[in-house]
Amino acid sequence: MATKILLNNIEVPGLADFQVYRKLGGYTAVEKALKTLTPDDVTEEVKKSGLKGRGGAGFPTGMKWSFIDKKSEKAKYLVCNYDESEPGTFKDRHIGQLNPHQLIEGMIVGSYALGATTAYIYIRGELFYVLRIIEKAIAEAYQNGFLGENILGSGYSLNLYCHPGAGAYICGEETALLESLEGKRGNPRIKPPFPAIVGLYGSPTVVNNVETIATLPWIVNNGGESYAAIGVGNSKGTKLISACGHINKPGIYEIELGLPVEEFIFSDEYCGGIRNGNKLKAVVAGGSSVPILPADLILKTAAGEPRLMSYESLAEGGFQTGTMLGSGGFIVMDHTACIVKNLLTFARFYRHESCGQCSPCREGTSWMEKILMRIEGGQGTMKDIDLLVDIAKHVEGNTICPLGDAAAWPVASAIRHFREEFEEHVKLQKCPF
Amino acid sequence: MPLLKVTIDNIEVEVEAGTTIMNAARKIGGAVVPPAMCYYSKLEGSGGKCRTCLVKVAQGSAKDPRPMPKLVASCRTMVQDGMVVQNITSPEAMDSRQAITEFLLLNHPLDCPVCDQAGECHLQDLSYVHGLQETRTDEERRTFKPIDIGDKIKLNMNRCILCYRCVMVADQITDKRVHGILGRGDHSEISTHILKAVDNDFSGNMIDVCPVGALTDNTFRFKSRVWFTKPFDAHRECTKCSGKVVLWMKSNEVLRVTGRKDKYGEVEEFICNDCRFDYKELKDWTVEGPRTIERHSVISQNHYETVAGISVIAPK
Amino acid sequence: MQEKNNIPEFNRETLDLVDQIIKRYPAGRQKSALLPVLHIAQSENSGWLSPEMMDYVASLLDIQPIEVYEVASFYSMYNLKPVGNCVIEVCHTGPCWLNGAEKIIAHFEARLGIKPGETTADGKFTLKTVECLAACGNAPVIQVGQEYHENLTAEKVDNLLEQWKRENKVSHTNPYL
Repeated sequence: MATKILLNNIEVPGLADFQVYRKLGGYTAVEKALKTLTPDDVTEEVKKSGLKGRGGAGFPTGMKWSFIDKKSEKAKYLVCNYDESEPGTFKDRHIGQLNPHQLIEGMIVGSYALGATTAYIYIRGELFYVLRIIEKAIAEAYQNGFLGENILGSGYSLNLYCHPGAGAYICGEETALLESLEGKRGNPRIKPPFPAIVGLYGSPTVVNNVETIATLPWIVNNGGESYAAIGVGNSKGTKLISACGHINKPGIYEIELGLPVEEFIFSDEYCGGIRNGNKLKAVVAGGSSVPILPADLILKTAAGEPRLMSYESLAEGGFQTGTMLGSGGFIVMDHTACIVKNLLTFARFYRHESCGQCSPCREGTSWMEKILMRIEGGQGTMKDIDLLVDIAKHVEGNTICPLGDAAAWPVASAIRHFREEFEEHVKLQKCPF
Repeated sequence: MPLLKVTIDNIEVEVEAGTTIMNAARKIGGAVVPPAMCYYSKLEGSGGKCRTCLVKVAQGSAKDPRPMPKLVASCRTMVQDGMVVQNITSPEAMDSRQAITEFLLLNHPLDCPVCDQAGECHLQDLSYVHGLQETRTDEERRTFKPIDIGDKIKLNMNRCILCYRCVMVADQITDKRVHGILGRGDHSEISTHILKAVDNDFSGNMIDVCPVGALTDNTFRFKSRVWFTKPFDAHRECTKCSGKVVLWMKSNEVLRVTGRKDKYGEVEEFICNDCRFDYKELKDWTVEGPRTIERHSVISQNHYETVAGISVIAPK
Repeated sequence: MQEKNNIPEFNRETLDLVDQIIKRYPAGRQKSALLPVLHIAQSENSGWLSPEMMDYVASLLDIQPIEVYEVASFYSMYNLKPVGNCVIEVCHTGPCWLNGAEKIIAHFEARLGIKPGETTADGKFTLKTVECLAACGNAPVIQVGQEYHENLTAEKVDNLLEQWKRENKVSHTNPYL
């Protein structure tokens, strides 16, 4: 049986209630950390765990924490990135809705490790109903002495608040998130300096994803080494995968990293195969921004090795034949799906979500969408296909923040692997689907 | 503090710690200086947005000689000791600059024939050097109607490249900002939201910092092509600003007053609206002599030493 | 909400809520409360942010009105024009599209007689398309106020519309109350 860290008790009725969560062993990580570990001990365990940021970038969490300027006289902040908006990704909504106390517990041990006495959960505004569930849980944690002044008599104090966004994917970029938390437009900041040095209100700040933070209690309770024992290679632990599209069992699955992709798609324990017995055509494995792969390359690497659900295996072959684990948003398409139309919806998404601050992203995203609209609508030319590749190439790497890359990669990869389908749209002067 | 050594396009220069690649290049001067469409040294926090100044860092520093993985904005990247930068010697940087120029022109109306900025427009200059020979798009351009923001300033949003300079001017040198960037993405625009006049003593500087013809001087509108005017340094006693300006003259008529701009198009000192808009008689000014205009203007071709009927009093 | 000479004003209860939100941020950082306060302001102003309402929010947080306009026009959840009582937001990004979002949009259009971005003549419904709502596993998905409705079918849409018409659905309720 695979280890479950995030979904372990998810089906227990009333898990969002403090007493229920507590009876299942909740808040023991807070007790253990505050009573028996120093903040540096906690950081050390997180480093040992090999946990990587689960929001998409996959940066080692312990290392991110170690950049924080501890000597700074200024307040330190831990901010939870609950701006889940990457198409294909819907795991974080689940955690806050069903198991908010595990997130709060993670916020407490994380804040303790970083020396933060105020922490915020920045949650996308569309999920206001989840914000209210979390706020209720926060109130319970205060009532039971796990938040507020002098927690458990340890001398450590923490205030935790929720902050709603208002509809902006870009606020998932950590510096845009901090701007938004300061009541401004969600324009990403120019880095360096990084938030660990100059973050919220100019103070040292760590921004971590919901799933990352919700994993911390388990690591504190069981030790970093136990966590590192799960998984494969440098892909340690478990990962929530949001599976959607043309599969029989869409939903959220917690996997041990290293599970074969083929098993994930076809086994009844997970996606349960392609709907209506259809043929697998393509997969976007890590949220809309990662390169799309055709069926043969998602199941096996170009070298013929079975592809695994891990950071390394999905990236095997680089962008020519590989992709990324990203946020774990796993979008499956069967043979009835039009790659061009799907790409057009992504292009529209990135144009809509570009903050508009830097020129390649602002202009490039809208240009790519317009061309794709023409191709899908039957007015495209063969030249347009090459033009798309060229625009994507010049948006990628030239922008202030990763949104430019996120907009360019889907375009480049769809044409790389499905060029005939674009050409067919041009030749037929209509969408063949 | 010891000086840091940095090499830009094979030219070595020594600069203080905390200097950006852009300013190190400006210290060298000439062709190695990257173009700046949004960066403005007098405006805090400016730069990083237009991406025209992207350069290649071939060696990060003497200590860590690895190249930087992506091109960097030279206006916002600090030099390290032993850094090696490639600007015009990097095909990659040149290729990107061409693409950025294309992006900036994508929604630009290309209405230079009827634009008062023509002749002193940084986007014109950028396109001249880095633009493509052909247009690769016939998509519909986003359009806005020109509006007056206050009686002295014309906003032609179609020409705007969203450099944020005018917003920073309003934030940093006027007492109250009433305009800003509204909307998001390719729908972003400079606006006051509900029609409000931008009205304060220093608002006219928004015109001077605008790299394109998005903000122009209504009092100069269609008076003359700028290359038919003759610029003179002049000053007057002013209680609000230094009173040091440039008069743009046609025979004895003052057509326009602006701040004095350096070779990168940046004003030396911000001037007040009284000097800019209200003193348009030659008698209001002490004329110091012809203004040498560098680099960013066709006017520099307009050689002259004196103009009949204008008495010149050079400053001591 | 009371209006005096067209200047909006929150009631005591709402002002207390605003004060409580401002206290979540350090002293002098009251601008941080802008996003949550705009959500409240919109709910108190028939679901949209009028210039007067935004000016009022600026005064509550002691910031310039332009700072409010800049923010309100950046985030897609704020409406800068009047909307119907019940705003129906249909997700049409990739995963929802793969699972038939276009049919759902077409069904709403047919039933309501309006296109996305429009409001019915009786002012009861506004139809909007939105980008990913992070519920892709249950696509197609719509949002109405704070409610998500998932795994939509034409039949479910009919039932929902029936229900909303019956109860005179108002989607812009104060999200904190």
